[in-house]
Amino acid sequence: METISTNKEKRSTKLRLVLKKQEDWLKKVEEISGQNVFACYQCGKCSAGCPMSAEMDLLPNQVIRLLQLGAVEPLLNCRTIWLCASCFTCTARCPKGVSLTRLMEGVRLAIFRTRKSDEISPKEMVKETLPQIALIGALRKLTA
Amino acid sequence: MEIAYFPGCTLKTTAKKLEDSALAVADALDINLKELPNWTCCGTVYSLAEDDLMRQVAPIRTLARTEALGYSTLTTLCSVCYNTLAQANLFVKADSIRLEKINNFMDEEPDYKGNVEVKHFLTILQELGTEKLKSAVKKDLSGLKVACYYGCLLLRPQSVGIDDCEQPYILENIMQALGTKPVFFPYQVECCGSYHTAVKPEIVARRVYRILENARENGANLVVTSCPLCYFNLKNRQKEIKKLYPGFKPMPIFYFTEIMTDAFGLTKTLENI
Repeated sequence: METISTNKEKRSTKLRLVLKKQEDWLKKVEEISGQNVFACYQCGKCSAGCPMSAEMDLLPNQVIRLLQLGAVEPLLNCRTIWLCASCFTCTARCPKGVSLTRLMEGVRLAIFRTRKSDEISPKEMVKETLPQIALIGALRKLTA
Repeated sequence: MEIAYFPGCTLKTTAKKLEDSALAVADALDINLKELPNWTCCGTVYSLAEDDLMRQVAPIRTLARTEALGYSTLTTLCSVCYNTLAQANLFVKADSIRLEKINNFMDEEPDYKGNVEVKHFLTILQELGTEKLKSAVKKDLSGLKVACYYGCLLLRPQSVGIDDCEQPYILENIMQALGTKPVFFPYQVECCGSYHTAVKPEIVARRVYRILENARENGANLVVTSCPLCYFNLKNRQKEIKKLYPGFKPMPIFYFTEIMTDAFGLTKTLENI
């Protein structure tokens, strides 16, 4: 019995460590996006409809869940927020009227405003003739 | 009535075909489009930050110049320009303080008062009515099975969507009026991967593969779109698709206006299909 309870304690300690709360960060994201993350009840419709979810490491609804918990660290190093192309499918389908599209942009901008460095550099872009909207779109979304 | 026309950067380069064919369509249907003088970049992607007014300056400057020239309607052909201009317009119309701040910042420009309506060219065609389109048709295109691809920016967010965001019909209506047969195409509102094409073309290739295969499964001979970025992704990423899925067969992609000029007997773009 003792071993089991120690294991349980260990697990819960680990969980607390992973989810270090950073509420100031959540406030920043809510301020930029104008959205209330606590309106989300985790139905998962955003993840079901997201055209990019197959490419993502965190599912879209998990991004909101982490924001609700104030757990920022997993968001700082994920691919998901950079893959969101603001197609607004999740926003159109959310039964609670939460715009995850705006929250994703809020997370991206909060990161840019803190670290002040870019996610991509022009060197990483494909070497072919592209429509200007592709070049400028990528640079506006993925650089600080 | 004269309508102001905002081309945007891409219409003058990779999407020249869209501009040429759309202006020919407008001519044929007596739609009086007048290109805005001194137009500048629309801002490309609409900024979703509530607290950063600087990013709204580009689209609002265009709207201010349009209003100062006495126009009440501004039309665009590019879905990206349409979305950015229309969302920025709503953003400043909803809050006079924001608008005042932006106007103060652009001291050299006339103040924008919020009296311009941004309309996509498709909406103008819809308002004109399908009867007018039918009467302009000179060539029989009844053998053509068309998949109408909308992408994101024409339809979402709903506040600026030109049609229902899940089951739009505006392109189908026009294609039907021309005599072609639009096919059932559930992937018509799925994102093509957008600007990721500049950094992660393989992701766009996987997205486009699904979209084009869905069109093919439903019997389409070709796919039409209105967005220069969707057009590029749907057309040019087929090279990458072939590498990922060797069994993939090419699918022809056209701007909807190219089908229109063919139907009106002005061009022969479809002859090689």
